[in-house]
Amino acid sequence: MLAKRIIPCLDVTAGRVVKGINFLELRDAGDPVEIAKRYDEQGADELTFLDITASSDNRGLLLHIIEEVAAQVFIPLTVGGGVREVEDVRRLLNAGADKVSINTTAVLNPKMVQDAAARFGSQCIVVAIDAKKVENQPFEWEVFTHGGRKATGLDAVKWAEHMVSLGAGELLITSMDRDGTKIGFNNPLNRAISNAVDVPIIASGGAGSLQHLVDGIKLGGADAVLAASIFHYGEYTIQEAKEFMQKNGIEMRL
Amino acid sequence: MRKIDIAVVDYGMGNLRSVSKALEHVAPAKSVLVTNCPDEIANAERVVFPGQGAMPDCIRELDARGLRESVLFAAHNKPFMGICIGLQMLFEHSEEGDAAGLGLFEGQVKRFAAADMHDEHGEKLKVPHMGWNQVYQVNDSKNATHALWQGIESGTRFYYVHSYYVAPADEAVVTGYSCYPNQFTSAIAQNNLFAVQFHPEKSATAGLQLLHNFVNWQP
Repeated sequence: MLAKRIIPCLDVTAGRVVKGINFLELRDAGDPVEIAKRYDEQGADELTFLDITASSDNRGLLLHIIEEVAAQVFIPLTVGGGVREVEDVRRLLNAGADKVSINTTAVLNPKMVQDAAARFGSQCIVVAIDAKKVENQPFEWEVFTHGGRKATGLDAVKWAEHMVSLGAGELLITSMDRDGTKIGFNNPLNRAISNAVDVPIIASGGAGSLQHLVDGIKLGGADAVLAASIFHYGEYTIQEAKEFMQKNGIEMRL
Repeated sequence: MRKIDIAVVDYGMGNLRSVSKALEHVAPAKSVLVTNCPDEIANAERVVFPGQGAMPDCIRELDARGLRESVLFAAHNKPFMGICIGLQMLFEHSEEGDAAGLGLFEGQVKRFAAADMHDEHGEKLKVPHMGWNQVYQVNDSKNATHALWQGIESGTRFYYVHSYYVAPADEAVVTGYSCYPNQFTSAIAQNNLFAVQFHPEKSATAGLQLLHNFVNWQP
């Protein structure tokens, strides 16, 4: 049967992998190509690269990094950050990305998701949703854009359903409240979205221990778990994480 | 015309870089060409027929470029590997867009019934079927393992991303299957042709081994 996936996330800025806390306070974690190769050797199921500055100066650099990784690492690569038009999707796919993650633009111009899915296939269109718990709304979690700086007034669960109806083949759900905190994924949020849609969802934001990865699958109903800090600084290897999850009754590729 | 060892058929649907990069990686001494030229496909020593996106669009684009004949010729006459939609297009008909395929194999391309699918914990199984699943090898009528499975154990995981699967009328062509949750055909073989539903170019060591076996295959 299908295995659940572990996806290390490489946040890239100015050609380096960095990691922040609650989307801020960036800390250097190393060279993207070397880190990608290391995770591939450890058995990562996929890799995600997020261009977190997403300025036009860095775009060329990111394409170059993706080309270099794609020539050496033969597992699926997802790339996101600053994807604004269908042409950006084409450029990233041509550089060697297998999937492209769309976040802010999906909110500003939902038709772009539809056009990209129609042109390149749903299998390569990931919609990334940054969600935060809110008190003053008729729903529990609100969608934020622009790297978590702008509230949208959108219900994250309804938004997830809408994106799938437009052709998203996968959803990457990041809990802004949990990102970088290492207190675990937002399992109620992920469970609500997982139950609402048929496509796979990736849990992101908050993984701090191997038990959190297990909970993300079992409690959150995620099909894949994304993590950065626990792998970047050598706390755990991907292999250790997979063995722990397998021992806890989750089917993994070992 | 220059000599082409491996032609990757380009009919304008998505990105073929992953496939060509992986082939270059396993066959550094061979020439790998991504091409939409019928003559180059006809003259290549071996042909890879990849695919992503929706099957009706793939068939339409294939015909728009006049590639149907050279693909069929290659599928009958030289080492030929279909990947993903490149497997599905070899069949008669797909539920996706109610589209006719190339008809090389009898049978249908069907959609996973998302609403009725659950795992052993009662969790809903998602469509697309995305990720790493085991591929179980099926021996041929002489009880031999296919040459392309050499060095790969039955039950090895490969990377998939698809919502449709092939249901061949003739079970004798099945050389690999997977389960989601029901058994479905994940690899077929006949004479000089081998075609897979998963993505060997994205399946790490096992995938590279399969491509290595293909580029050295003498059917």
